[in-house]
Amino acid sequence: MVTIILNGEKKEIESEVTLDRLLDLFSLPKQRVAVERNKEVVRKSEWPSTPIRESDVIEVIHFVGGG
Amino acid sequence: MVSRFDLAGKTFGSRLIIGTGKYRSFDEMKAAHRASGAEMVTVAVNRVPLDRKTESFLDHLDPAMQILPNTAGCYDAEHAIRTARLAREALETDWIKLEVIGDPVTLLPDNEQTLEAARVLVKEGFIVLPYFSDDLIMAKKLLDAGCPAVMPLAAPIGSGMGVQNPSNLRIMREQLPDATIIVDAGVGVPSDAAIAMELGADAILMNTAIAEAGDAEQMATAMKLAVEAGRLAYLSGRMPKRLYASASSPIAGAIK
Repeated sequence: MVTIILNGEKKEIESEVTLDRLLDLFSLPKQRVAVERNKEVVRKSEWPSTPIRESDVIEVIHFVGGG
Repeated sequence: MVSRFDLAGKTFGSRLIIGTGKYRSFDEMKAAHRASGAEMVTVAVNRVPLDRKTESFLDHLDPAMQILPNTAGCYDAEHAIRTARLAREALETDWIKLEVIGDPVTLLPDNEQTLEAARVLVKEGFIVLPYFSDDLIMAKKLLDAGCPAVMPLAAPIGSGMGVQNPSNLRIMREQLPDATIIVDAGVGVPSDAAIAMELGADAILMNTAIAEAGDAEQMATAMKLAVEAGRLAYLSGRMPKRLYASASSPIAGAIK
């Protein structure tokens, strides 16, 4: 297992998981969202090849109402 | 056409840009958007909640609208830059409303951090529309940094106080005749919007004044008319203010 911070929350997930799989595990949307891993944007095309490692900080954003 | 508004290579049919926050329902928001005539709307970047399913907020926006993501909630340049990059990735747009806040009570902008972020983002190819304090020198620096427009506040965000410092806006207009100036934040009622436009603003960005109105749709119509009226007045050139009266009817020839 590895421990990561996902959208500010500490989460334990199985090892050898890709970013794409991580979104599936948490039932997160994949359309019109963006993902940051350790403060760097990860392009959508790279999600399947991006491994999640111990202590990674992941941010998944979408859009809400605002001014 | 009084409403035609060119910005960063795009032409809009309205000088009103509106927000998508604080509406009581999606239906109310959509009706207000339609009534406003706006062709560009702002949205905020936010973490996807982990504990519940969410529908896509963007599905509730007219697809014809230009979406302008903002960096609201950022308190330093680094967070604003990261937020802008995320927004670009998700929306495939280079447009960003840059907002770096200096403190949570007033929500006044941190001009120094805003400028720092603007310089980085312009270099990365963003079309940076910066929210900042209504200060001429800051406006010059932001334009020098490569921002295609500047967005001075009229009053604190969501305050509805109207144009607090008309002299600053007037000076900015006079000293930067070629700059695109969008008044962002602080408008409360249509007369505030008209005043900003009469002072020479090229456009106005507002959210709360419409979303928190008792009838948002009707207020959106009122704002549309006010922006158009203010623009026409600016282009017409106002009469000079005088301390004393100036008779409209001939004095000579009145019967004695």
